[in-house]
Amino acid sequence: MRERQPAVNVSFDGVEYEGLLGESVLECARRNGVAIPSLCFLEGLTVWGGCRICVVEVAEGHRLRPACATQVAADMEIKIETPRLRAYRKSVLELLFAEGNHVCAVCVSNGNCELQDMAVHCGMDHVRYDYQSPAREVDASHPKYVFDPNRCILCTRCVRVCDEIEGAHVWDIRHRGQQAELITEMNKPWGESLSCTWCGKCVAVCPTGSLAYQGSAIGEMEHDPVMIKRLAVARNRGEWLDPKGVS
Amino acid sequence: MSDTTTRRVVEASNRQQGDHPSGDNRFELVDKHLKRARYEQDQLIETLHVAQDVFGYLSEDILIYVARALRLPPSMVYGVATFYHLFTFEPPGDHSCTVCTGTACFVKGADAIVQGVSDAYSVPTGETSADGSLTLKTARCLGSCGLAPVVVLDGSVLSHQNAESTLELVGTAVGGEG
Repeated sequence: MRERQPAVNVSFDGVEYEGLLGESVLECARRNGVAIPSLCFLEGLTVWGGCRICVVEVAEGHRLRPACATQVAADMEIKIETPRLRAYRKSVLELLFAEGNHVCAVCVSNGNCELQDMAVHCGMDHVRYDYQSPAREVDASHPKYVFDPNRCILCTRCVRVCDEIEGAHVWDIRHRGQQAELITEMNKPWGESLSCTWCGKCVAVCPTGSLAYQGSAIGEMEHDPVMIKRLAVARNRGEWLDPKGVS
Repeated sequence: MSDTTTRRVVEASNRQQGDHPSGDNRFELVDKHLKRARYEQDQLIETLHVAQDVFGYLSEDILIYVARALRLPPSMVYGVATFYHLFTFEPPGDHSCTVCTGTACFVKGADAIVQGVSDAYSVPTGETSADGSLTLKTARCLGSCGLAPVVVLDGSVLSHQNAESTLELVGTAVGGEG
């Protein structure tokens, strides 16, 4: 059992809830059944704070803050559904769609895609920015999985899960800014990677169709990001250790 | 590369005894830094700087060597090295010519210098000429705007340049090698 932390009052969109000191705004909202949209956040992994979908307004100064990386404080007044935040989320999504080559009609994850769901949720029906249409090559060298960088939104879930849960750290990001790309080992084809254990956790957590099983057809790929939460919880509880305590 | 490093690299290359297992004694200089840094993982960037100083650029072998020595995943070392603009992954030319394209230098006609050198040696900006004699780079601002337009040729700062004067000096440097 987790030790109980001191409770404080917080409010989401004017409704009061109980927050626990030390938890993030996003955790607090989820615990109380309040929905804050998020993309790169995944329970069981460290916080990245890169997608900026989960930004909320905190009353003082109206500064936008990522809910996943902001800690709960006493008497915090948090706004989630304001016109400004809705517009903001929409632009972030539009930028994500404009940056890669997201063509739902031919995507393995069509219908099971967190990015697509988020666009529907936020009412993003068109993109106001110019599509970058980058030329990116699909890496199908791995015997079990395919990596399609065209659909990658650089949420780094795969990087984190491979490093933190599997401990292999096959994935990483190279370059920066607009040139940033997901790579395996020394920018070698995934199939040639010596450190990859074929565990498939990166595929399970991918929010889009960027990582998929070999041979998936359109709409066939279903991810299982919740698996990581189960793994992380079981690991924290030490469920794989020897019950006699010898380990 | 500083003069001290050049001397050390030459010394290491000439040394017969205590050959490095890799067959390249320059790795000894990287090893020396690694030992001094106690193989701490947070010394990655420092180590990459030393390796680039010694070898002139970071090849894949060097990156793997550093990754192994610091027990870091190769993808992380690659990611860190590519994040920073100061690390290069192509062998540099024998001579380097960096033209400042900051505001002051731009106003004073830095683009004409870049164009002049680029045309004369048929080398695109940021790359090395086919014969490996000259690397042409641009910098955002060197902080000495009073000297605009500034050109840095093989480490020495040249002030108030124009295309003709730069080409003459570059010609002397590249030609002087023979």
